[in-house]
Amino acid sequence: MVHLAVPMAETLTFPSLQYRAMAPILIVLGAAVLGVVVEALVPQAARRAVQLAVTLGGLATALVFVVATPGSELGVVAGGTLAIDGPGLFLQMTILVVAIAAMLVVAERRVDPAGDAFAPRASSLVGSGEEQEQTRRGWSQTEVWPLSLFAVGGMLLFVTANDLLILFLALEVMSLPLYLLAGMARRRRLLSQEAAMKYFLLGSFASAFLLYGSAMLFGYAGSLDFAAIADAFRDKPGQLGLQVIGLTLLGAGLLFKAAAVPFHMWAPDVYQGAPTPITGFMAGAVKVAAFGALLRVMYVALGGAAWEWQPAFWVIASVTMLVGVVLAVTSSDIKRMLAYSSVAHAGFLLLGVVAFSTAGLSATMFYLLAYGLTTVGAFAVVMLVRGPSGEAGHLSSWAGLGRTSPVLAGVFALFLLALAGIPLTSGFTAKFGVFAAAIEAGGVWPVIAAVVASAISAFFYLKVIVLMFFARPGPDAPAVVVPSLLTTTAIGVAVVATLLLGVFPQAFLDLASGSTPFLR
Amino acid sequence: MNVYTPILVLGILAFGFALFSVVVAGITGPKRYNRARLDAYECGIQPTPQPMGGGRFPVKYYLVAMSFIIFDIELVFLYPWAVMVDDLGLFGLVAMLVFLTNLIVVYAYEWARGGLEWD
Repeated sequence: MVHLAVPMAETLTFPSLQYRAMAPILIVLGAAVLGVVVEALVPQAARRAVQLAVTLGGLATALVFVVATPGSELGVVAGGTLAIDGPGLFLQMTILVVAIAAMLVVAERRVDPAGDAFAPRASSLVGSGEEQEQTRRGWSQTEVWPLSLFAVGGMLLFVTANDLLILFLALEVMSLPLYLLAGMARRRRLLSQEAAMKYFLLGSFASAFLLYGSAMLFGYAGSLDFAAIADAFRDKPGQLGLQVIGLTLLGAGLLFKAAAVPFHMWAPDVYQGAPTPITGFMAGAVKVAAFGALLRVMYVALGGAAWEWQPAFWVIASVTMLVGVVLAVTSSDIKRMLAYSSVAHAGFLLLGVVAFSTAGLSATMFYLLAYGLTTVGAFAVVMLVRGPSGEAGHLSSWAGLGRTSPVLAGVFALFLLALAGIPLTSGFTAKFGVFAAAIEAGGVWPVIAAVVASAISAFFYLKVIVLMFFARPGPDAPAVVVPSLLTTTAIGVAVVATLLLGVFPQAFLDLASGSTPFLR
Repeated sequence: MNVYTPILVLGILAFGFALFSVVVAGITGPKRYNRARLDAYECGIQPTPQPMGGGRFPVKYYLVAMSFIIFDIELVFLYPWAVMVDDLGLFGLVAMLVFLTNLIVVYAYEWARGGLEWD
């Protein structure tokens, strides 16, 4: 007779959950679930308006909760799996601000005569009668909103994860919706689907690397907790194999999301193929989340092994900057150019990470805030310059834009100057911070490489500006579409942030440096 | 090394049997090809032409499979909870309700948007 014995624990210990500290994450994920309910229950005609309200409402509420987090709530919560600390909150705030701006661009419907930037049904066959019928009826794929919310929820979790398993979970919650969103473009759908496929396959590889690295570190430290791993690096010398393999694989997984060389191959294809509002969202918010997680992993969990990863990271940072700018010089498509520029910026950001100091941490966080907002604005402008078959991607069609629409060209020039790091824009303050932190940490040669890379990057940014203002418009000059209030607001926020963080950066620099250090 | 010998022998036997079966079937088996023989065996969907060349992969089958997996996973979580329901108390009940709510939301979405209609 088989007897089913249930092991009776004396008392079960329940995890204590600090709901106030976790509120922003729960609000965004709750809004995402609400978005799925809306998809199920609200009729097609009203769906977009309701989704827009749920999305922006959810993100704004979460932002308020992040900003208003009382100091007493800070700490390692939820059984040690989440660290709600200064850097975590600063990064969550950055992600939410960037996401709100990006969602305003996603909501734009006036730019494309057929509707928003997304295919009426992402599943319909490209070029089929079914697709034309759906376009004619004005259908729209409102699942974009809950998917974006799930991605933002994953990002908020990613930057506060204090446990390798939660880190992996957050990575997947963040990435899976993005793979879908990348493949939903209304125009050039095959390119978009190709981008989604590449992003998915390479992203899965990166996730597997991250997971394998986590397993190795677990084997070494006997725990998934960042603090316990840090203790193991301090107290358990030896087992260099497990240490180095775990560290390398984990680093590879995170650097993939950050688009650092040699894990940058996906960036140009995905940035080009994805619907432009989503590209802005990815380039801005995902960058923040990826570097937020990278900072926490490297500073908290692997801080004791800094002597192991710092030399490699100096090299990766230098190579990333140089490869990014050289490839950006050679690209003739505006979205690809911005993608390679984002690779180069990953290199600059890595300087702050590898500095491994409080100054490096706050400089990287400030850089992420500045870069995220400028990038969302830049991609929003790219969306507005259109030819007959969608966006005018080729650089040559941007010639003479400064004469036909000076305001738009001026705004884009401002974003490009900020990305190049010209003084009085946010890019200068940000670059200055990470360079100073890197010099302080002894990285003179990488900073020399960074200055060279900046000089090269100025070439291709200024090339576009010269093209816009000093060249004659070609015969097939694209039209500049006047967007609705939504995109205008997003671009306006980006312009104000770019100028404010460049001219009066002190308040935000103080906020960033006041948010350090990480709690463990 | 001794402990691994049975595994090695088993591996060789398995490989040898597989090789033997394939070769012998090729030599002795009758070669009468017809429509039924080329069909998918007992289950699964009909193989379709390449998606690009016309003809599409029937998505409805995949939706049924997905739904099955979701409810399968649901049971995986429900059983241990049911066994330990007294010990888990209110905390377990609330956690389970949150989990079930999420599942119901997705189920409602699938139902309302026609995911359960076969044709």
